[in-house]
Amino acid sequence: MGDFLLVTIQVDLYDQLAENLESDLINTINKHNSKGVLIDISAVSIIDSFMGRILGNIAVMAKILDAQTVVVGMQPAVAITLVELGLSLNGVISALNVEKGMDLLRAKMYNGDNEEQIDDDNSDQ
Amino acid sequence: MAITKNRSMMITATNKVEIAIVREQDVVPLRNRVKDYGVKAGMSILNQTKLITATSELVRNLLKYGGGGKVLVEEVNNGRDKGVRATFIDNGPGIADIDLAMKDGYSTGKSLGLGLPGTKRLVNEFDIKTEMGVGTTVTIIKWKNG
Amino acid sequence: MQKNVLGGLKEYESKLNTIWTQLLLERGSTDGATEEEESKEFTSLFLEAIKLGGNSTDLNSQEFDKLYDLLTGISISRAKRGFSPRETGQYIISFKEAASKILSEIESEPAALYAANLELSTIVDNLTIMTFESFLKGREDVIARQTEEISEISTPVIRVWEGVVALPIIGTLDSSRTQIVMENLLQQIVDTGSSIAILDISGVPAVDSLVAQHLIKTVSATRLMGAECIISGIRPEIAQTVVHLGIDLTGIVTKATLASALQTAFEMLQLTVVKRK
Repeated sequence: MGDFLLVTIQVDLYDQLAENLESDLINTINKHNSKGVLIDISAVSIIDSFMGRILGNIAVMAKILDAQTVVVGMQPAVAITLVELGLSLNGVISALNVEKGMDLLRAKMYNGDNEEQIDDDNSDQ
Repeated sequence: MAITKNRSMMITATNKVEIAIVREQDVVPLRNRVKDYGVKAGMSILNQTKLITATSELVRNLLKYGGGGKVLVEEVNNGRDKGVRATFIDNGPGIADIDLAMKDGYSTGKSLGLGLPGTKRLVNEFDIKTEMGVGTTVTIIKWKNG
Repeated sequence: MQKNVLGGLKEYESKLNTIWTQLLLERGSTDGATEEEESKEFTSLFLEAIKLGGNSTDLNSQEFDKLYDLLTGISISRAKRGFSPRETGQYIISFKEAASKILSEIESEPAALYAANLELSTIVDNLTIMTFESFLKGREDVIARQTEEISEISTPVIRVWEGVVALPIIGTLDSSRTQIVMENLLQQIVDTGSSIAILDISGVPAVDSLVAQHLIKTVSATRLMGAECIISGIRPEIAQTVVHLGIDLTGIVTKATLASALQTAFEMLQLTVVKRK
């Protein structure tokens, strides 16, 4: 089985930094042939439309490289602000914390259906 | 102390700072400064987050479409509530059609096209003035209990 | 243009206070000794302002600042102690009467007396307006505080099972209330590590497109955090209006009762409830 990649974002990113993160992450996925990526954003205090788009891009790009992305630990205030802003982060799957994110990735792996996961949150029916 | 008349309510503004925005790196210090003002006004984490996110969106527009400019940050008080006012001033080309720009889903750039209307939802007062060839000024206020 | 008759009141300060207090007692618009000090201070600040040159041509001049501050304080405290607007108004109007009475004693020439009274009226009328503004503000503060208290007590988040929280919403859901509901719900989700939230709207009288929009926002925010949100307590008439208004709730898991929402939550968590033999 492929391994999982855990990325923790510790600082608030400005644009160039976020774009670097995007390319670094995609390269790392490719290099290690990772099957899952966990992005821990619990230390991130704001996500604006740019940052939201970067997260969406990572998910889609990772997908093309056959890796599943799960964003974990979003702060309540960040989630509410994103909704008010009108940003739904389509294509991004979330989990409450790293542990639950890991469970989610494992579940996805065993289910093995790579299609159709775009906005499917509950993997078990 | 500047006093502005607004919606028949007197708003007093204090502690004005001016921050020049020329590069992307200027965004983080600005966000921190705005956050300090929000904390000082006694805002909840949620309202701080909304204010900072709105600031972030607007300063991005200022850099992308206005080619940089400056941001004024002030504490405001309307006698009932404290808050933060931020004014984003650029000398860019201006916005051709304001109504269109304020519509959900419209954007001339490569962003998601929810900049202005989404930002407006995050704050309590939102005012935009633009003139072709002269520039654009956007003013927002977030009240502590707003 | 005229001699300062109003300034002459200064010498009759204690008499002015006596008459004023007398009037207030007769009209029952005071609660006694606690206010006597306030009234004395008011009189002295009023006379001080006149002495410093405060007059009706500029009611916003700084001579009046201290007086205004005191009056604002008095009015707000009266509003909070539950005085009626009439009683509060009487307070300041009685002052005018008392002052006017003394003026007619110390000035015999009609023209000068008239001018002094007019001056007094203009100043005190402005004070009356301020009194009402402050009084209303005092009331508004009370209302604002109560609103805050109500919204706090009315959004309890209940942990119904390991990993499942429920939030019954009672009353109308407006945007500020939605905000509080979302904040509480999401915070509880984080604190308890729950992956399922049930929003019960049995207590919501009506669901229009705005309320529906608020519900959809709450569900979206919950999902962004990585939890699922079920809406329960949808009564038949609410289902009808939702459809008639053309509101799209298809992306949301909805259940008729809290019981069936809990059932769904169990299924999602792969739990079964079995009856003991």
